[in-house]
Amino acid sequence: MDSIIERINQGKFWHFHGGIHPPEQKAITSAKPIKQLALPKQLILPLQQHIGRQGDLLVKVGDKVLKGQALTQSANPMAVPVHAPTSGTITAIKKSVIAHPSGLSELCLFIDVDGEDTWKKREICQDFSKLNNQEIIKKIAEAGIAGMGGAGFPTHIKVNTKPGIDFLIINAAECEPYITADDLLMREQSEAIVDGIKILDQLLTPTFILIGIEDNKPQAIKALQQATKHNAKIKVCVLPTKYPTGGEKQLIKILTGKEVNSGTLPINSGIVVQNVATCFAISDAVINDIPLIRRVVTLTGNALSKPQNFWVLLGTQVSYLLYQAGFVSEVSEKKSTPNSAQPPVIMGGPLMGFSILNEQVPIIKTSNCILAPSKVEMPSAFDHNSNEVECIRCGQCADVCPSQLLPQELQWSAKAKDHQQLAQLNLFDCIDCGACAYVCPSQIPLVQYYRVAKAEIRQQQQLDIKAEKAKARFEARKFRLEQEKIARQVKHEKAAAARKATMNKKSADGGTASSAVAAALARVKAKKAAKNKNTEFPVIGSEKQNDNDQAEISPVKAAIARAKAKRLARETNAESSVTTKKEVIQKQSVTNDSTQNNIIDDKKARIAIAIAKAKAKKVQANKSSTEKSEFSTEIKQEKTGEKVQNTTTAAEEKKARIAAAVAKAKLKRIDKAQQASTTNSKEST
Amino acid sequence: MNILIAILVLGAIAALFGALLGYASIRFHVDGDPIVEQLDALLPQTQCGQCGYPGCKPYAEAVANGEAINKCAPGGEDTIKKIADLLGVDVQPVDENHEQDDSSQSNRPKVAFIIEEDCIGCTKCIQACPVDAILGAAKQMHTIIIDECTGCDLCVAPCPVDCIEMRPTPETIQNWQWDLNKIAVKQID
Repeated sequence: MDSIIERINQGKFWHFHGGIHPPEQKAITSAKPIKQLALPKQLILPLQQHIGRQGDLLVKVGDKVLKGQALTQSANPMAVPVHAPTSGTITAIKKSVIAHPSGLSELCLFIDVDGEDTWKKREICQDFSKLNNQEIIKKIAEAGIAGMGGAGFPTHIKVNTKPGIDFLIINAAECEPYITADDLLMREQSEAIVDGIKILDQLLTPTFILIGIEDNKPQAIKALQQATKHNAKIKVCVLPTKYPTGGEKQLIKILTGKEVNSGTLPINSGIVVQNVATCFAISDAVINDIPLIRRVVTLTGNALSKPQNFWVLLGTQVSYLLYQAGFVSEVSEKKSTPNSAQPPVIMGGPLMGFSILNEQVPIIKTSNCILAPSKVEMPSAFDHNSNEVECIRCGQCADVCPSQLLPQELQWSAKAKDHQQLAQLNLFDCIDCGACAYVCPSQIPLVQYYRVAKAEIRQQQQLDIKAEKAKARFEARKFRLEQEKIARQVKHEKAAAARKATMNKKSADGGTASSAVAAALARVKAKKAAKNKNTEFPVIGSEKQNDNDQAEISPVKAAIARAKAKRLARETNAESSVTTKKEVIQKQSVTNDSTQNNIIDDKKARIAIAIAKAKAKKVQANKSSTEKSEFSTEIKQEKTGEKVQNTTTAAEEKKARIAAAVAKAKLKRIDKAQQASTTNSKEST
Repeated sequence: MNILIAILVLGAIAALFGALLGYASIRFHVDGDPIVEQLDALLPQTQCGQCGYPGCKPYAEAVANGEAINKCAPGGEDTIKKIADLLGVDVQPVDENHEQDDSSQSNRPKVAFIIEEDCIGCTKCIQACPVDAILGAAKQMHTIIIDECTGCDLCVAPCPVDCIEMRPTPETIQNWQWDLNKIAVKQID
């Protein structure tokens, strides 16, 4: 650690692999101060201007908003709010083209500027050292600060870390050609930037603070040295100019000699890197309570007559800026060459930027440069036909790659869509710097191939996740359906049991249940009981008991049978002799039953039935055919009824009731039979 | 005597190897058929049933048992290639009966869409959906949970009022793909 600082103090630095020295072109704008712009008529604020998620809207169409008022909020830590850059009225919330290479539309807030620029109520905090860390982080989060170097990572997450940070590195390299926004900001706002660094110091308590700045910005270096001369902890490190020194991992390597492992964040090595413009935004937010509503944007390129850096409110349309910078649209060329219908406007630098398809797109938190090159300056931007030729395997791309990848190998794999090979070649360590494409003599747009491949791999990952999710849902559904099926079965069984129970109960209460069902149930019970008896009877002691039981039961049964017979006799008054015979049969069966305890009951019943049948036959011989059927059924029924009565040893009452029910059923049948017989006899007569 | 020694030695060797093999068969016993899991991982998990099996896993099982590898329409050529690689068989073109209709020009994945004013709330589509991606109740309007829809098409046929159609998912910043043909190379000279 100390050796690192010693080396830095001696002005010695490490080197990263590769890198290029493109023409700087910074002189176009670096001599002029940052210009304040007149308020534009309309601002378009995309809800999402950073990596992460968009917040929830706090305003609706027609609302009056004040400068600095928060327009979105979200409980999600990855969501960063956006604020009204000036006072005005929300005229629309709709999809609009945003600053993205796709030229796709996203949800945007449209603000009609009222020109008064009325601030919301602000709480200016003169001494931030009185605030504790959580208060500062809350302020940073509420100010909607996202990394202004390019990626737009939410700053409040980056600064909310555990202690043990060795190095806080302030990225002031601004290595990309043309861009001078940070340079000018450092020159003009060095005090505020140093305040921001002090706030970060308070939050992160790093051992050392290093400001990495390229040696092509002498004035900015001087300003920073002036502002930090009373603070020994902050070291301004002047680095040799080389692209891409401003890459996070490259800057760490140059300053500390450490390499950040693939797939890890610098924080894991105890290093936090913040952009210099972010430091300014932090000091603005914490001290002056100004949320992130403006930034410095470099308008440059030879197509502009007045290239300069501007303080631009977020949401300002690029067309307005181009007009302010004196954009000389090459209209004459436009007509002659239909291929280049629109003069190219590039958002971002010449190496990492993208051409915007629509000049109505707004400036967002991460846009640092608008480049409008002339045809002489950058003919490739005008020429929409690719001049790509075959790779000659010169290896220059591998020489300049700052991530020490193999660009030509990557390119082949990317063209072949060999995602596995790309992963092996560490495609995701590529920082999209474009150095390989810059040096390629075959003019292969290498970075574009990598970008496509990266997007494809990300999409494939999304698809894989989705497939996994679909599988899980499918399995869950299958499981659920099975469970439901089982539940249904159980329910049905339960319902059936409940029905049975209620039926038994009813019959026990007053014999209201339909007799046939009750009889059937009783039969089932009888069978069960018979089985039990078979096992019970070998015990000698219980035999006598049973004898007694049977003896008690038999008179009751006999009485019931008699009663039944009487009723039958009353109804079938024509066949009195038959009924008496039946009575005899019943009595016989009853007495038979009561005496034969040890014999299996159904055997008894069978014998009884057989006897009854025999008797019935005798009777039938004398009687008419209609009566014959009547009897047989009667007898059979009676027998079954008797059987039930005999077999059940317990619950005499119940038995009696069942018998009564059986008798009722019999009566009904007899009624029917009689009716039939009468009709028959009528017919015969 | 020599013959006896030879028999004994060979017998001992045979017993030793037999014991070894027996031990190995117990020690390195493999439960189930891992090839099915591997095949299942290759399939797109749309659970669409276009292969004739009720879901991706049953098809994976069938393929492991010798079913043709070219019946997965949503997976297309890519999946067939992967399965062919895994099983060491020849790549076959997608079965004509199972080919997805590519009549629409859009190559964006499609998901089901319920025309809500036409929906009568019959729940037939809900029962058809293999991944529970349809939300609704009897006599209430149904809707598709787009993020969960696999685009399997199974809900379209059961709808009695034909209010379900397959629509391509909208292109957003998150799923946008760079189109090399549209982008000119930007570099300074």
